[in-house]
Amino acid sequence: MDFKQWNDFKKGTWTESVDVRQFIQMNYTPYTGDDSFLSDATEKTKKLWNIVLELYKKEKENGGVLDIDTKTVSTITSHNPGYIQKDLEEIVGLQTDSPLKRAIMPFGGIRIVEKSCEAYGKKVDPEVDEIFHKIRKTHNDGVFDAYTADVRAARSSHLLTGLPDGYGRGRIIGDYRRVALYGVDFLIEKKKENLKYLDPDCFDESTIRQREELSEQIQALEELKQMASSYGFDISVPASNAKEAIQWTYFGYLGAIKEQNGAAMSIGRTSTFLDIYIQRDLDNGSLTEVEAQELMDHFVMKLRLVRFLRTPEYDELFSGDPVWVTESIGGMGIDGRTLVTKNSFRILHTLTTLGPAPEPNLTVLWSTRLPEGFKRYTCEMSIKTSSIQYENDDLMRRYWGDDYGIACCVSAMEIGKQMQFFGARCNLAKTLLYAINGGKDEISGKQVAPKFEPITSEYLDYNEVMEKFENMMDYVTRIYIKALNTIHYMHDKYSYEKLEMALHDTNILRTMACGIAGLSVVADSLSAIKYAKVKVIRNENGLAVDYKVEGDYPKFGNDDDRVDNIAVDLVRIFIKKLSKHQTYRNAKTTMSILTITSNVVYGKNTGNTPDGRRAGSPFGPGANPLHGRDTHGALAVLNSISKLPYQYSEDGISYTFSITPKALGKTEEDKITNLVTMLDGFFSKEGHHINVNVFDRQLLIDAMEHPEKYPQLTIRVSGYAVNFTKLTHEQQLDVINRTIQESI
Amino acid sequence: MDKKNYAKIHSIETFGTVDGPGVRFVAFFQGCHLECKYCHNRDTWDINKGNYTSVDELFSNILKYKPYITPNGGFTASGGEPLLQSYFLISLFKKLKREDIHTAIDTSGMLEITDTIKELLALTDLVLLDIKHINPDKCKDLVGFSNEKELAFAKYLSDNNIPIWIRQVIIPGITDNKEDLIELKKFINSLKTVQKVELLPYHNLGEYKWKELGFEYKLKDIRTANDYDIKRAKEILNI
Repeated sequence: MDFKQWNDFKKGTWTESVDVRQFIQMNYTPYTGDDSFLSDATEKTKKLWNIVLELYKKEKENGGVLDIDTKTVSTITSHNPGYIQKDLEEIVGLQTDSPLKRAIMPFGGIRIVEKSCEAYGKKVDPEVDEIFHKIRKTHNDGVFDAYTADVRAARSSHLLTGLPDGYGRGRIIGDYRRVALYGVDFLIEKKKENLKYLDPDCFDESTIRQREELSEQIQALEELKQMASSYGFDISVPASNAKEAIQWTYFGYLGAIKEQNGAAMSIGRTSTFLDIYIQRDLDNGSLTEVEAQELMDHFVMKLRLVRFLRTPEYDELFSGDPVWVTESIGGMGIDGRTLVTKNSFRILHTLTTLGPAPEPNLTVLWSTRLPEGFKRYTCEMSIKTSSIQYENDDLMRRYWGDDYGIACCVSAMEIGKQMQFFGARCNLAKTLLYAINGGKDEISGKQVAPKFEPITSEYLDYNEVMEKFENMMDYVTRIYIKALNTIHYMHDKYSYEKLEMALHDTNILRTMACGIAGLSVVADSLSAIKYAKVKVIRNENGLAVDYKVEGDYPKFGNDDDRVDNIAVDLVRIFIKKLSKHQTYRNAKTTMSILTITSNVVYGKNTGNTPDGRRAGSPFGPGANPLHGRDTHGALAVLNSISKLPYQYSEDGISYTFSITPKALGKTEEDKITNLVTMLDGFFSKEGHHINVNVFDRQLLIDAMEHPEKYPQLTIRVSGYAVNFTKLTHEQQLDVINRTIQESI
Repeated sequence: MDKKNYAKIHSIETFGTVDGPGVRFVAFFQGCHLECKYCHNRDTWDINKGNYTSVDELFSNILKYKPYITPNGGFTASGGEPLLQSYFLISLFKKLKREDIHTAIDTSGMLEITDTIKELLALTDLVLLDIKHINPDKCKDLVGFSNEKELAFAKYLSDNNIPIWIRQVIIPGITDNKEDLIELKKFINSLKTVQKVELLPYHNLGEYKWKELGFEYKLKDIRTANDYDIKRAKEILNI
């Protein structure tokens, strides 16, 4: 196959069958320089962005949601074209006919849509209500038709939490680049061919399901063309220049976010791919650097406008209004060349041209071999904006090759070749408490798990606790997989992601992505039982409701093998137990240690734990040590975290690191160098993920009001360190004032 | 207890970024003979407190951080007064040198230069020398000792080619008197191995430690140093 749009590209087998990676490898230009080539925002960008800022303001004044289209069920083609201000927009396309107006997507579940509308003073159109209550079944209905009593009980007692049984599962990344590289007709043709040959002798359920799905995928691609055509573009053919490449890619993504309200709707790994088009245009003189930045700014602006209708409870769980439009940047190729291009810089530069923002979720794939200029630039931007997360490319490349992307926060998947069945997480701390209480909930006293002999001794015995804990983990993992199988069977059936999957290969790897919350609480609890004495305090019904720790014990986060190995064992045992069970569509079972900000809510629903943690107080986020338990400085924490084996937690191990600018070093140059050193060290020790927060004044004020949200916030001056939350109010104010001075 | 193999360590900081170049593993040694009124580590004074750590234990702990501290950082012995436990430091530094780890000592230099200290300094890549006060009388009032020993210590470092970072805590009205700063400048200029002069703004974040230990904090009425104080002192020192 050849297209005139492919002029000047080096040709390979990618021209005959879909292979974006090969196209990238044959055509990209690695960049090893620094950020000095970058351009400022254009007048047009500034004007457009100011309109967006005004809209943000109105959205906030309106209680967080600007408007809802309560009448139109969102599909790829449901809404008329929408613009911010048409004459200023280089890249076009909105989810509805107006910016920040949210759409309803009831295929996941009508009740969530109703609740969300009501929370913002709206009502779902009666006709839509009627259809989805009486005529068209949803994913949510299907799940609850099939759920068993034990799963329901585990769910309502917060043993299994955040399951995607009433909302879109997300965490699927369509390879949106395919739209730009091949044009939609080529993709349709390939899918049709696959459909034609999917006709085996054993014409069983899985074949029939796949044939139906392929037909839906083809339908979705047709609809995508229609959607683009309503904006005046013909995407049946490949993109012919940089502007079209960005526009086509974005259209692919836009179709997906019109079709699905997924928990995380990540965009993949687009910046280096797009660089090839930008570089071609720069080389032939049809584009300038200023224009290239403008295109990327307008692209990112669109990604910052993505909105989904969600309930306030969901937002409480995940703080704010997250979409996780994760873009994976940088990394190294398996041939040793860096995948950093000038466009890796341009997309990070939007943090300057448009200012810092949590979306898109800019994720740097770090390798110790990344070009120095790029390392320093990302660290500089981290220090300025706290808007970048880092993940270990040297580690993940071994598992997923060099064209994977991150879905949500830490879930790596080969782009277009792999998807996951998102499984939220199991509350490991509660599991331990159930083990002690013979399956009864420590708060309600209800028998949630099967009844067995509780621990009755005055002091907890490590071996006895471990034996019962193992049994309880057996039970929990069994019902956990049962719940997930049910959920994903129904999601495929009633809310299939036909466009996202159309932008995948036909045969893909599926993972069953389980998760745990409260790892450090459990590790510390077991450490306390093993190395100190833990006395059980029971209520009048004999339920263990509190624990008294006598003596000291090693705590996770201090690079102490005695407790760190307990955490490592927990990870290994739990994934092994999960993997015993048959999964839907033979998905490979994986696990993450990730809570995002839901650690607060999970903690709220969990009683006193044997480590001395009080009932209701938050867990550490992800793999973090419990707030305030680490006393040996940041690197000791990193060493503890990096012991957790990625091999047993392939869906990611998340660590959130917070620091004040001064504690990073004395001069700006020192700060950058120290952060680079820290990341190189952490990742060379096989740490997987790190969020870097460099606290500015606003964050410090928030930390003063909500200390639980800020684990390990350390204030450091020469030879002295203190935990911010331990200072008196006056001292905190003093530190905040110092930080202001510093930032001026 | 065997002084070569055991030391009292107050605490460690694995991500030290402000006590010497690069990322540093900082060990705070327990025990100090000075009585600095502004001390922010009052809890490190009493040599009888704290637990013994063996040189092997500390060394193997430091090694766990090698990927972080070898590119451009190292190990810093701080305190307390680390030179009170010089025998231990000699054993430790010999091991660190074999691993190519940069060694630094954060000290007041208020000690006799014994043969032990000479041996230790020969293994030391950098001394962070905290000049308590350039004026002998004011120094005695502030920290309980006059400054002859530390000035002699500085001269010894200079004569023996050991790199120095001079540190001066800027306490408004106490250490930032113009004449004193001019004196300090003269003294610094007389040294050959000064690589850097750091002015540390006085803060009172350690005040609570005095209260916790049941001591009265004597600088209650002294304000903390601000950016202007530092800027002014820098101008006088011409740094």
